Amino acid sequence: MIPEMGQFALALAWALALVQAVLGLAGAARGSAGAMAAARRAALVQFAALVLAYACLTASFLRIDFSVLLVAEHSSTRTPWVYRLTGVWGNHEGSMLLWSLALAGWQAAVAAFSRTLTAAFRARVLGVLGAVSVGFLAFLILTSNPFERLVPVPVEGRDLNPLLQDPGMIIHPPLLYMGYVGMAVAFSFAIAALLSGRMDAAWARWSRPWTLVAWVFLTLGILVGSAWAYYELGWGGWWFWDPVENASLMPWLVGTALLHSLIVTEKRGAFRSWTVLLAIGAFSLSLLGTFLVRSGVITSVHAFATDPTRGVFILGLLALTVGVSLLLFAWRAPRLSGGGAFAPVSREGSLLVNNVLMAAAAGAVLLGTVYPLIIDALQGAKLSVGPPYFEKVFVPLMIPAVVLMALAPFLRWKRDVLSRVLRRVWPETIGALIIAALGVWAMDHVTVGAFLGIALTAWVVLASLRLLVDRLRQGAASGMTARLRGIPGSWWGMWLSHLGVGVFILGVTLVGALEQRLDVKMMPGQEAELAGYRFVLRGVSEVPGPNYTAQRGAVEVWREGRMLTVLAPEKRAYFRSAMPMTESAIDWGVFRDVYVSLGDPTGDGGWVVLLFYKPFISWIWFGAVLIALGGVAAALDRRYRRLARRTAAVSASEQSHEPVAEAVR
Amino acid sequence: MTARGKRLTLILAALALLGGATALVLSAMRENLVFFHTPSEVAEGKAPVGRTFRIGGMVAEGSLERLPDGVTVRFAVTDTAKTIPVVYRGALPDLFSEGKGAVAQGQLGPDGVFVASEVLAKHDENYMPVEAQHAVDQAQRAASTLEP
Amino acid sequence: MKLKHLIPFFIFVALLGLFAYAFRLDPREVPSPLVGKPAPTFALPRVDAPETIVGPDDLRGRPWMLNVWATWCVACREEHAMLMRLAREEGVTLLGLNYKEIRGDASLDTSRISPREEREAALLRARDWLARHGDPYRFSVLDLEGRVAIDYGVYGVPETFLIDAEGIIRYKHIGPIDERVWREVLQPKWAALEGATR
Repeated sequence: MIPEMGQFALALAWALALVQAVLGLAGAARGSAGAMAAARRAALVQFAALVLAYACLTASFLRIDFSVLLVAEHSSTRTPWVYRLTGVWGNHEGSMLLWSLALAGWQAAVAAFSRTLTAAFRARVLGVLGAVSVGFLAFLILTSNPFERLVPVPVEGRDLNPLLQDPGMIIHPPLLYMGYVGMAVAFSFAIAALLSGRMDAAWARWSRPWTLVAWVFLTLGILVGSAWAYYELGWGGWWFWDPVENASLMPWLVGTALLHSLIVTEKRGAFRSWTVLLAIGAFSLSLLGTFLVRSGVITSVHAFATDPTRGVFILGLLALTVGVSLLLFAWRAPRLSGGGAFAPVSREGSLLVNNVLMAAAAGAVLLGTVYPLIIDALQGAKLSVGPPYFEKVFVPLMIPAVVLMALAPFLRWKRDVLSRVLRRVWPETIGALIIAALGVWAMDHVTVGAFLGIALTAWVVLASLRLLVDRLRQGAASGMTARLRGIPGSWWGMWLSHLGVGVFILGVTLVGALEQRLDVKMMPGQEAELAGYRFVLRGVSEVPGPNYTAQRGAVEVWREGRMLTVLAPEKRAYFRSAMPMTESAIDWGVFRDVYVSLGDPTGDGGWVVLLFYKPFISWIWFGAVLIALGGVAAALDRRYRRLARRTAAVSASEQSHEPVAEAVR
Repeated sequence: MTARGKRLTLILAALALLGGATALVLSAMRENLVFFHTPSEVAEGKAPVGRTFRIGGMVAEGSLERLPDGVTVRFAVTDTAKTIPVVYRGALPDLFSEGKGAVAQGQLGPDGVFVASEVLAKHDENYMPVEAQHAVDQAQRAASTLEP
Repeated sequence: MKLKHLIPFFIFVALLGLFAYAFRLDPREVPSPLVGKPAPTFALPRVDAPETIVGPDDLRGRPWMLNVWATWCVACREEHAMLMRLAREEGVTLLGLNYKEIRGDASLDTSRISPREEREAALLRARDWLARHGDPYRFSVLDLEGRVAIDYGVYGVPETFLIDAEGIIRYKHIGPIDERVWREVLQPKWAALEGATR
């Protein structure tokens, strides 16, 4: 009964989404307060229905109900309960359900926490979100039913893919989906702006916190995915330029451009049509990622049958959503032009360059990702685009972006003089170059890449410190704490995120320059040396796990005559799957990781062992966390909440559908 | 400068940036495409010499041998018509085995032996969802070989 | 409406056209070197009567299809109804190559099973499956170790080979057959083979 209940809830959610879309859009167009209120309630109930559907699927997994096809294919009686819980989204159907649940969650959040919006505007936003939801729920119900029954009921299931039986995989997909789908909110705000023709500073202030939160989720999702790849896949890489990763990077890049463009729209009323286009772009790329990943259009030679109807459906959905929005854009955007004029050297100018660079980077990644498709379509040749392509394009585009990133906060709005700014930051510039020179010399690794990486980090960090000092000096309030408290959240957000980029670059640079790897055959008792560490393989023994048996190695790590730790890398054989699994062991440190994983047994009692020395790799994660923290700080900015209170007061007194642009100044 | 002049400067600067980015993309693209060839094509001499490409097929039964250093392996990739010998130094991916599909990336040596810098193995023969597929593909990559 | 605001739309349409076109191609299609060559011969036991050994020569004289399947293969279950229709309504002669019935099943631990047990279990499972879902095959043969499948260059299941009256492989389809694949890809080729025979 439980699966049928879930099925019913799913259908109900679809109907509610339809109601929400129609009533929201029509209600706003006609100014019917009743219809608009109903749309808002439909959003809340739709969320409840999807929570129920999701709970039903989860219950089926927890109860190990193999009469549900999905459960039988992605869990087994011996799968630990945590992985039965995550098995819900460790497959296509369940992950689409999670996607829809996240989308409904965002809609409910907009419905519940947007008292600042006018009723008409909120109804439009909910209407657009409802329409997106209708499409995705139809996709789910028609092509990817998660509740399909299996007759006859097998006695044992096939178990969840061992790679997904990992703590990182518990949080990675939900974070990523929240990010993807959160871009739908920014998208809906943009579409609502096009529909109503109303797009001012207040609009940017409404839109920005939602976009920030979605972007934070996306950032964290990408971070966790990368960290997971690093420790789970057993060979120490952290980014592979794989289509699936690119699918998440593209909306992130465009989302980053959008956040910056929104600043200009809010403060100066400029870039308005560009902001709308970026909002449409960020969500379109999220959809495109979904299409590419799930249709099987882009896969390697070793992937099989993905259901073609699914691909056609998503392609249709993509065409409809993006096509209609871009046409709407072409029709309504001319009204959005205008805004404050500015000189090339100005805060606006620097943000424009940032936007161009981010968009160009996203375009280059898109091109690299779909290029094999183009060639296959045109020439019928099979090829792949290697990671060097992405590195060669991405890095040169990001270098000017980072240089500018640290410089832009010093620039004035409207117009500035470059020499004035340069006069202010020349000590930092010289300082960064000196630090970089000393750095490559100290590392004994003199390459352009290493020098540039360190110089950029030093430049970002020094300029950030300088910015903070300047900011504290200029405050009117007396006393350090009062001045610190006087700095708004969005400023801290900018500061932290930019600092985070610096930290991230240092991690990438140093791990790229200094990492060492050794693949070596070791007999028990033998030792190997790498980067000043001595590794002794004590032995390999068989250890039972809940749904696997593992060959577990014991590897002593010594340095300067002292034993640091004993690492236990594993080679696991899962009972219900033919797949062997490598489980690496890492001695984690702030300044370096020591990483060991087991290769193949050599047949004579020995093992191929992979040893890695990874300096500063955790700085990559630290940097990403700082970037995300910056997003949180900016989203918590007081002015968004102050705006909430004032607008609530205004709309309560005026009872009008179109208030506020002036009132909130 | 007039407002119009400023606007023009901005547009020109943006175009220059875009142009630079495009040039970058094109040059990087030309150098980093990796074509896929079957063993038959390689045997017929259709594959480039001195350039990285991928070869795919099945690992021939009984062809896998480990050289005395313990880390270097030899095997043969076949598409059932032609067979190409491959040598690879490093740990093989988890799912690599004889009689199963594999893809090797590397260069063809003058002696006709394919020197792989990367080996990818196929997952089991059933089909699986894309996220899992992705994960599996990732796992099956073995990173580039060591510098000598 | 200004033209410049339509640029994003046109870019998108171009991209969409590319995807739609690429989607019609099979990105996973690896050209088979066997096309145009004689179908490799084999002698394997029939699933319904394991004492009878059959091979491709038993079907010579008319076109037929070799369909590689297994009960553990999810995609085979998807295409099965289509195969039933082909056999019943289109008059297609199908030979089923049951592929690694036991050892291919990732959910079974086959390390401690004897060859005899494997064979018995495979026969039971395959017969049970055909009894339950219907049997579209002229006959099915048992390829326990996947040896014959290697001769045919089988990358996975399901795969289907079109073989003409002279026993020459004319086409190889990777993945399940559905209505679209049949209509757009296989039927024209099949009709050509049948036409050539008459």
